[in-house]
Amino acid sequence: MTVPEITDAEIDARYRILDRDAEEGGYHLNPDVAFTRNLVRGLLVNERRYGYMACPCRIATGKREEDLDIICPCDYRDPDLNEYGACYCALYVSGDVLAQKAPVRSIPERRPTRAERKAARRKQATGGLVQTAYPVWRCRVCGYLCAMNNPPLVCPICKAKQDRFERFL
Amino acid sequence: MKMEHVLGTRKGTVVLYALSTCGWCAKTKALLKEIGVDHSYVYVDLLPQEELEEALQEVERFNPHGSFPTLVIDHKKVIIGFREQEIREALG
Repeated sequence: MTVPEITDAEIDARYRILDRDAEEGGYHLNPDVAFTRNLVRGLLVNERRYGYMACPCRIATGKREEDLDIICPCDYRDPDLNEYGACYCALYVSGDVLAQKAPVRSIPERRPTRAERKAARRKQATGGLVQTAYPVWRCRVCGYLCAMNNPPLVCPICKAKQDRFERFL
Repeated sequence: MKMEHVLGTRKGTVVLYALSTCGWCAKTKALLKEIGVDHSYVYVDLLPQEELEEALQEVERFNPHGSFPTLVIDHKKVIIGFREQEIREALG
């Protein structure tokens, strides 16, 4: 697969948007600007290739339904920020890491293996175990819950798209 | 699968499986160059679909997570992620 050309201006523009959104949500981009700009370039490359910002540090299939968990911000960002102070690709870092200027390290992969993901797809939780007046949907990116017949088109908290929601109850 | 060969001091067969978009892969690639060790690397995301699958299975044999960067030394020692000290100790 070829690499689409990404200009510095495109990287700057997306960097500003990601930085603003991160800060508004209480998140922080990695203060190593050169490293972070390179990741933003990777995100733009993937967006051009696949139509969505797949994690630059993971291999995407190009099938959105199989890549949902690694669309940035990925399902693993928050657990990784909690445990390691940075997400897998280190685009996002915790406030502590930012304040202490602690070095950010390459961390273990939390995403299940291909075989595990395939097995999990076969027995996806369907909910309905508890009787509720409405189904409850959970945003896999930020954990937002809502009780409605369908999840919202866009998560009102983190702006993740509807297909990032899973049935919770 | 075509790999890029970087000339340097021979320390065995050193193969880096990387992604062209990944920050840690870039750091690992730069470290190998800095150390000056003879190695090959491949950007798995740039391969045609069939070769990509073949490369991914190869990576998974050494590293079940199929994550990047995966560095394989002499077809057996595996270093996953940008582990600078470990890489320097193994190849420096």
